[in-house]
Amino acid sequence: MATVFAFAEARGGELRKVALEAVTAARTLADETGGGEVHALLVGAPGIGGKAAALGAHGADVVHVCEHAGFEHANAEAGAALAAELLKRIGARAAVFPASASGRDLAPRVAAKLGVGVASDVVSVAAVGGAIHARHPSYTGKVITTLALTGTPAVIAIRPNVFTPRESARAGRVETVAPAVDPAASKVKVRETKAGSRAKLDLSEAPVIVSGGRGLKSAENFKLVEDLAAAFGNAAVGATRAVTDDGWRPHSDQIGQTGRVVSPELYVAVGISGAIQHLAGMRTSRTIVAINKDREAPIFKIADYGIVGDVFDIVPALTEAVRAARAHR
Amino acid sequence: MGATRVKIAVCIKRVPVMDVRFRIGADGKSVDETGLKYDVNDFDLWAVEAALQLKEKTGAGEVAVFSLGPDAVQEQIRKALSMGADRGVQLKAASASADPLSIARALAAELEATQWDVIFFGKVAIDTADQSVGPMVAELLGLPCVSAISALEIANGRGTAKRELEGAQEIVEFPLPVVLTVDEGLNKERLPSLKGIMAAKKKPLEVKPAQLDAGTVSVAAMELPAERAAGRIIGEGAAAVPELVRLLQTEAKVL
Repeated sequence: MATVFAFAEARGGELRKVALEAVTAARTLADETGGGEVHALLVGAPGIGGKAAALGAHGADVVHVCEHAGFEHANAEAGAALAAELLKRIGARAAVFPASASGRDLAPRVAAKLGVGVASDVVSVAAVGGAIHARHPSYTGKVITTLALTGTPAVIAIRPNVFTPRESARAGRVETVAPAVDPAASKVKVRETKAGSRAKLDLSEAPVIVSGGRGLKSAENFKLVEDLAAAFGNAAVGATRAVTDDGWRPHSDQIGQTGRVVSPELYVAVGISGAIQHLAGMRTSRTIVAINKDREAPIFKIADYGIVGDVFDIVPALTEAVRAARAHR
Repeated sequence: MGATRVKIAVCIKRVPVMDVRFRIGADGKSVDETGLKYDVNDFDLWAVEAALQLKEKTGAGEVAVFSLGPDAVQEQIRKALSMGADRGVQLKAASASADPLSIARALAAELEATQWDVIFFGKVAIDTADQSVGPMVAELLGLPCVSAISALEIANGRGTAKRELEGAQEIVEFPLPVVLTVDEGLNKERLPSLKGIMAAKKKPLEVKPAQLDAGTVSVAAMELPAERAAGRIIGEGAAAVPELVRLLQTEAKVL
């Protein structure tokens, strides 16, 4: 029986979806290795402990809660010190972190403190003999690598939006923990977290992504893409590197080899030719729709449904049709 | 720092150029290197550019480039030198480890001898998709670390950086010395000039053995991902929209 640790990421006093994904992944791993306990760690400003119940509902036997004003923003130095100390104390066999912007800072620091390696951007995990095997896309998604982790704990950072949160009611017993080092003394200080609008879905969490490329011809025409995303109701807007390089959209919207890697249920590519650099960021999407005037565009080779033609005719018609379909559902 | 000489280290990785169809090697645990071309990891080029801009802004200083691997990595070190870096160090190893901590320990063992103001890394290596070595080096050297920066200001021994989060941005303040990992959008790397390429041939490139331990992470298997079904064009123009909506509802069940 192995104890498995999960880091429950929170931001702005709320659990992030990836917190439930981490607990779900930890629960699965604990069950596979003989049904050990899952210990979650939840850090944040005072009041964050109120979010512990959701972690119990997704399979945490114990939720270690550390409330401190110094944890209002992400604090990798103090967070890593606390996680490393806790991991030693509970003797965890494996530790699951989110491979999010914050988690990617945390997992390597914790691993280095404990003298073990780490597997990044993991999409599946299993106990194999004495080792933990973690699979992750590599070579811009063109090769899948399985890493064998033989250190204790096996530190893995999971790709967001892959491990679907699953309810598995456990006690979720809350234990209060003090910071291992003073969070206010961290050398790196987050001065400000500028949240995007609450209504705006993030690319890594959106079930639908509508993305635009050079075929839209100007920044203003991205309104077509935004309108289509709004019609779906659960969509985020992405862009190609050509478009972000031209400043039509911020770099944070870029999907591709050097940008965000996404795998939504539905990806709609508008005016995107399908350069290799872009495909690397979206080829694992479940269903791909492509709209492009060039029948020979590489995007059509991987699109489940392609429409050849003028995006300025097709996209508004699709927006109307999607709106109508959702209204009649 | 101030008017003194700024000392900057940049750690870079040699990676395959990705616009090919990879083949898995006979051992089932590696990529077949036959016919592959190599370059500096994209994010590491932006790290080199950030280092050069910082030195130029400060007026005086040194940019040293480090790369771990076989002699072939000298090609990538020379590219960084041709962009304007001052000297290079190859930490010689037959191959890089699959364990980021082993690599971080080897780099930290080399870097700790010098009092650097800034140690730059790229955010992620696009071949192994690993983004841990930079933060691990920071941890091993007891330095602060800011990862995946997309804007940077450094003055008077302190810095401010911007990081992209999922659906948000962080503005982060830090003291020097510091480890920074660079995201896309921070800058656009300069192309080596002919003069730079000539000058790079004469710049010092030191070769030292890497102190690489076995680590606790190894590659168990590599495979190619499942191919997507061949694409299908369902029609032309706005007239095809009703059929698309029907397929999204009844076949893909996503609407």
